[in-house]
Amino acid sequence: MRVTATVNGVQHEADDVWPGESLLFVLRDRMGLPGSKNACEQGECGSCTVYLDGVPVCACLVAAGQAQGRDIVTVEGLAGNDGSLHPVQQAFIEAGAVQCGFCTPGLLVAAHDLLARDPDPADADVREALAGNLCRCTGYEKILDAVRLAAARLRGSGGAGA
Amino acid sequence: MEFLQPPSLAEALAAKAANPDALPIAGGTDVMVELNFARRRPPILLDLTRVPELAGWSLQDGRLRLGAAVTYAELTGERDGRSPVAHGLGRLLPGLAMAARTVGSPQIRNRGTIGGNLGSASPAGDCHPSLLAAGAEIEVASSRGARLIPIDGFFTGVKRSALAPDELITAIWITRPSGPEQFAKIGTRNAMVIAVAAFGLALHPGRRSVGTGIGSAAPTPVRAREAEIFLAAALEEASLWDTGGALKESVVTEFGTLVGAASRPIDDVRGTAAYRRHALVVLARRTLAWAWTDYQRSGYQRSGHSGPTGSAGTVAEEG
Repeated sequence: MRVTATVNGVQHEADDVWPGESLLFVLRDRMGLPGSKNACEQGECGSCTVYLDGVPVCACLVAAGQAQGRDIVTVEGLAGNDGSLHPVQQAFIEAGAVQCGFCTPGLLVAAHDLLARDPDPADADVREALAGNLCRCTGYEKILDAVRLAAARLRGSGGAGA
Repeated sequence: MEFLQPPSLAEALAAKAANPDALPIAGGTDVMVELNFARRRPPILLDLTRVPELAGWSLQDGRLRLGAAVTYAELTGERDGRSPVAHGLGRLLPGLAMAARTVGSPQIRNRGTIGGNLGSASPAGDCHPSLLAAGAEIEVASSRGARLIPIDGFFTGVKRSALAPDELITAIWITRPSGPEQFAKIGTRNAMVIAVAAFGLALHPGRRSVGTGIGSAAPTPVRAREAEIFLAAALEEASLWDTGGALKESVVTEFGTLVGAASRPIDDVRGTAAYRRHALVVLARRTLAWAWTDYQRSGYQRSGHSGPTGSAGTVAEEG
């Protein structure tokens, strides 16, 4: 089957899609967008978190056909068109929140969503928002630092933006 | 494998009638795991995400109708703004909202649905104890027509339900609560856990009864009927529905014991049978203490009427 969807603002098509495959597979292996990572394939790790119609979901748990005609934003879509990093991405680098980097794309999308909804989250809210994203390197402290840093900068600049 | 994406309920029911072995998929949080790990290869996937009749909820004559595609995040109201308590469903159905809040992670709650939870019919399904305690009814439909299944007749075995092969779950009906509800779940962390044991409790002052639901401690989610009858009688005998007076310790203890006795747990990777039964006794006592405190704070007993009026929702609305 053919699946057509808007990904990061651009219309994408994939042909010969097996109906049982996941949106994650379509993104990575058919559309050439490997930013979303494939680890657990059961919604436990959050590495494949993408926006589906503006809501963060695990791309590994969306059937390819369910994405037909939908609007998807992946980690590749967070930076500006000129390649400038989103403040959440910049904060992850500066705070040392990236080690092996495998969980980072999912955490970036989850953190991006949190700050778009809540510009000044309490630590408990950050932990809750990131509860579905596993990181085996950092121990999470630097990730919390990064979200606090990004939140402060976004408040200073007047909004999370897209 | 075929992929069907009906745009209406009528077409979805026709597709299910023509293909009883089609596997319905909504949020995909259970189905996709089985597909990703090649545990299941249904001939047809029946995508229900484009069926408008399954979405949303409404209040009809004091009863809530939750479309089967209502997500856990809709139940908790977590994406509705910074004060979810002010929003619809979580406030109207606090027990179910508490249960939904313990499901997976934000990503899972954004996608998983209450109808899917029922369809999977896992003994560990997080919504089930609260639905049992609330006395929910499950609306199912086929091209032959629609019917309502009382929740305590819905679960027929491990991951088995009363759903016929040509039927789809269309909605969940719940009488608006007339009193407090509580839910508690045991797991190794707060997020991303399958319940080791779970318990839902609803006090129904409107009809002077008690509702319970046990999760993860029997082949199916079950009520603790003797505990319900015991507690309702104890509240009646001491006029506690009217006075809101203190619950005797002996009543709380016996309630917990009866809930534990209603379970039929097994040893598995998540816990032993003995631990599960013990945990349930504790959860039952705790949730009862919380619910009774909620009841006392609700001011129900001070509202001046000599007995319950039977009008659903007075406590919740005044609280």
